[in-house]
Amino acid sequence: AASAPKPLPSSGPKSLREMPHPLATSSSEEMGPALTPSPDLLLPRSIADKDLSLPNGTPVDTSSPASSSSLLNRLQLDDDLDVETRDLFVTVDDPKKHVCTMETYITYRVTTKTTRAEFDLPEYSVRRRYQDFDWLRNKLEESQPTHLIPPLPEKFVVKGVVDRFSEEFVETRRKALDKFLKRITDHPVLSFNEHFNVFLTAKDLNAYKKQGMALLSKMGESVKYVTGGYKLRSRPLEFAAIGDYLDTFSLKLGTIDRIAQRIIKEQLEYLVELREYGPVYSTWGGLEVELSEPLEGVSACIGNCCTALEELSEDMTEDFLPVLREYILYAESMKNVLKKRDQVQAEYEAKLEAVAMKKEDRPKVPTDVEKCQDRVECFNADLKADMERWQNNKRQDFRQLLMGMADKNIQYYEKVCVT
Amino acid sequence: MEDCLAKKMEITVSEAEKRTGRNAMNIQETYTAYLIETRAVESQSEGQCAPVDSLWRRYSEFELLRNYLSVTYPHIVVPPLPEKRADFVWHKLSADNMDPDFVERRRIGLENFLLRVASHPVLCQDKIFYAFLRQEGGWKEMVNETGFQLKADSRLKALNATFRVKNPDKRFTELKHYSDELQSVISHLLRVRARVADRLYGVYKVHGNYGRVFSEWSAIEKEMGDGLQSAGHHMDVYAASIDDILEEEEHYADQLKEYLFYAEALRAVCRKHELMQYDLEMAAQDLTSKKQQCEELATGTVRTFSLKGMTSKLFGQETPEQREAKLKVLEEQIQEGEEQLKSKNLEGRDFVKSAWADIERFKEQKNHDLKEALISYAVMQISMCKKGIQVWTNAKECFSKM
Repeated sequence: AASAPKPLPSSGPKSLREMPHPLATSSSEEMGPALTPSPDLLLPRSIADKDLSLPNGTPVDTSSPASSSSLLNRLQLDDDLDVETRDLFVTVDDPKKHVCTMETYITYRVTTKTTRAEFDLPEYSVRRRYQDFDWLRNKLEESQPTHLIPPLPEKFVVKGVVDRFSEEFVETRRKALDKFLKRITDHPVLSFNEHFNVFLTAKDLNAYKKQGMALLSKMGESVKYVTGGYKLRSRPLEFAAIGDYLDTFSLKLGTIDRIAQRIIKEQLEYLVELREYGPVYSTWGGLEVELSEPLEGVSACIGNCCTALEELSEDMTEDFLPVLREYILYAESMKNVLKKRDQVQAEYEAKLEAVAMKKEDRPKVPTDVEKCQDRVECFNADLKADMERWQNNKRQDFRQLLMGMADKNIQYYEKVCVT
Repeated sequence: MEDCLAKKMEITVSEAEKRTGRNAMNIQETYTAYLIETRAVESQSEGQCAPVDSLWRRYSEFELLRNYLSVTYPHIVVPPLPEKRADFVWHKLSADNMDPDFVERRRIGLENFLLRVASHPVLCQDKIFYAFLRQEGGWKEMVNETGFQLKADSRLKALNATFRVKNPDKRFTELKHYSDELQSVISHLLRVRARVADRLYGVYKVHGNYGRVFSEWSAIEKEMGDGLQSAGHHMDVYAASIDDILEEEEHYADQLKEYLFYAEALRAVCRKHELMQYDLEMAAQDLTSKKQQCEELATGTVRTFSLKGMTSKLFGQETPEQREAKLKVLEEQIQEGEEQLKSKNLEGRDFVKSAWADIERFKEQKNHDLKEALISYAVMQISMCKKGIQVWTNAKECFSKM
C-alpha cells in the first residue's frame, strides 16, 4: 500500500531530494534539523502542520505517525530497503596500535561506500578510536531519544585481567564495533543522523566534537533530554509487556552466559586431563614392541583431540559470549528508553491534568500539552517500530549465533572423528 | 590350543545373587554368589541341547582356586581374577561392592577368568579346576587335601632370594622390569582415564542446563519459541547420552585392568625363577664349602680361617678316629649334595624352558587382546563423536527454523 510521497505544506518532513544536505549549511547556522525523514514513505499524519521540536531545538521526528496501518507499511518498506535498495555500506577493520607520549590506544579503519545524496563522496575511509564510537552513541541518544540505539562493547576493561592490546580482545571489539555501525546503517532513521554522517566522513572528528560542545553552551540548554521528575501512574499494557519481556529476556541471556562460561570452564578442565592422558599411551608404547605403533597412534589422536577442543573453546569465547553480552547491554539500554518514554507520558499526563484544573484557557498550555501528547505518541510509535525491527534482527542474530555454536561443535566432532 | 577344555565345554557365569549366611566365625555376612553354568559342546552338533549343569560359587572360592593354580603351576602365567574391590573409579561410580554395576562387571570378569583357564593348554587339564566347575559339594576339602598350601613359598623367602640371587637368567630380569613398568603405566593410565571420564561427564551434563533455559526462554518468544524449544530438547538428549558412553568405556577399562593384574602374575613367575636359582646357588655354595672342609680334614691344612680350625689349634686336635668319622659323614653329604645339585639344575632348566614357553604364549595373547581393546576403544570414540555430530546437527536445524 505504498503511495508516492506527498510534499507537505509545513516545514516538516520533506522528500529526500528537497532536503538540504546537512553539512551543506554553513557552520554558522545552528545545529540544523537533525530531522531525518524515513527514506521510504511519507504518510498522512494525524498531527499536521505543527512545528514540533524538542527542548534542545532539534525537531521531533514526526515521520512516524501513530496509526498502526502506517506502521505496518513502514515495516514492509523496511524489508524492501534491506533487500534491494541498500545504499549505504559501512565496515570496521584494520585495527592499529598508536603509541603517544600520554597514552597508547587502538584505532580502527571505518570505510563507507554510499550512493546517498547526503554524502559528498561515494567513498570514505577514516580512522576512529573507541572514544569516538562512544561519542557517536551519546550523540545519537541525545538526538534520537525515542529510538533504540544499538549497544557498544563494554567500555572499561579491568587492567591485568584482560590485555587491552591482545589480538583476541582487539578482534572481539572490532567485530562488535562493526556490528554497531551496521545496525545504525540499517536503521531507517538513525542512518540519516547528522552526527553519524560526520562520524563516517570527517577527517578531524575532534574539531567537530568541540564545535558541537561550543554551540550547545551558546544555546544555554542542557544537552540531555530529561523531563524532570514526573511520575508515571501506570504503563500502558503493551509497553509493560515489552518491559516484562526485556526483564525475562535479560535474565535468560544472563543464565545462558553463565552456562556457556561453565561449559568452557569444564571443557578446559577436561582438556587438562586429556593432556596428561595422551602421553601415558606414548610411555606405554615405549615399553612394548608389537603394540608400540597402535599405542603411539592413540596418543597422537588424543593430542589432536586436545587441539580441536582448544579451538572450540576459543571460538565459543570469542564469538558466542560477546554477542550474548551485547544483547544483554542492548536490553538494558532498551529498558532505559522505556523509562524515558514513561517520563514523557507522565509529563503529558501531568500537564493534561494541570490544564483540566485551570479555568482559563491559556494559549501556551494547550500547545504545551499537545506537544507532550505528540511526543508521547511519537515515542510510542518509534519504540514500537524499533522493537519490531529489533526483534527481527535479534532473531536473525541468535539464529546465526546458535547455528554457529552448533556448527562449531559439529566441526569439533568431525575433527575428532577424522583423527 | 589342542584339546583344551574351552573347546569341549561351554562355560558361563550367568548370574549373580546376593546372599546372607554365616561365615567361619559364625558371624552373619552378606556376599554375592555367582552361578556357573557348564554344558558339553559336542552333543550340540547332533541338534540336541545338552543339559546344563550349574552350581553356585562365591568370590572367595575363586580366590582359592587361583591360589591353588599359582602354587601348583609356578611356571605358568596364571590368569588374574577381577578386582576384589572397585578401584580407579570416577565419581559417578560407587566404590561399593554391592553396587549392581560393579557386581555385573565382576560377573563378566569371573567368566573371563574361567574361560582363560579353560583355554590354557596346561591349566585346563587340572582336576581341581574341573571339579570347581562341576562338583558342587566337597570341593574346598578336595583343594585342601592337595596340601598345596605347604608347597607355597613364603614371601620372605622369595624377597630374600630376589635380593641375593647372583646369576638369574637375564630374560627373567628383563621381564621383571617390564612387568613393573607395565603395572605402573597401566595404573597411571587408568587413574587419568577416570579423571578424564569425570570431566567429560561434567561437560555433557552442563549442556543439560541449556535445555532448561531454552525452554524457559522460548516461553517469552513468538517466532523463535518453537525452534528454541526443540533445540533445548536436543541439548537434553546430548546431556543424557554421556551415561551410556561412559558405561561402555568401563568395559575398556576392565580390559586394561586385566592386564594390569596379569603383570603381577608375570612377576610371580620371575620370582619363582629367582627363588629356584637362589636355591641352586646356595646348594652349589654349600657343596663347595663341604668339599673344602673335606679337603682340609684330609690334608690337615687349614686353607681358610674357620672357627673349627682355631678351636682345634687352641684346644688340641681331634683323634684320627674322630677325623675319620667326620670325613665319612662329609663324603656322604657331598654325595647327596652333588645329586641334589644335579636335580636342582635340571629342575631349574626345565622351569626356565616351560616358563619361557608360557611367557611367549602370554605375550602373543597380550598383544592380540590389547590391540583389539585399543581398536574397540577407538571405535567407541568415533561412535561418540558421531552421536555428538548428530545431536548438534539436529540442534542446528532447530535453530535454523527460528
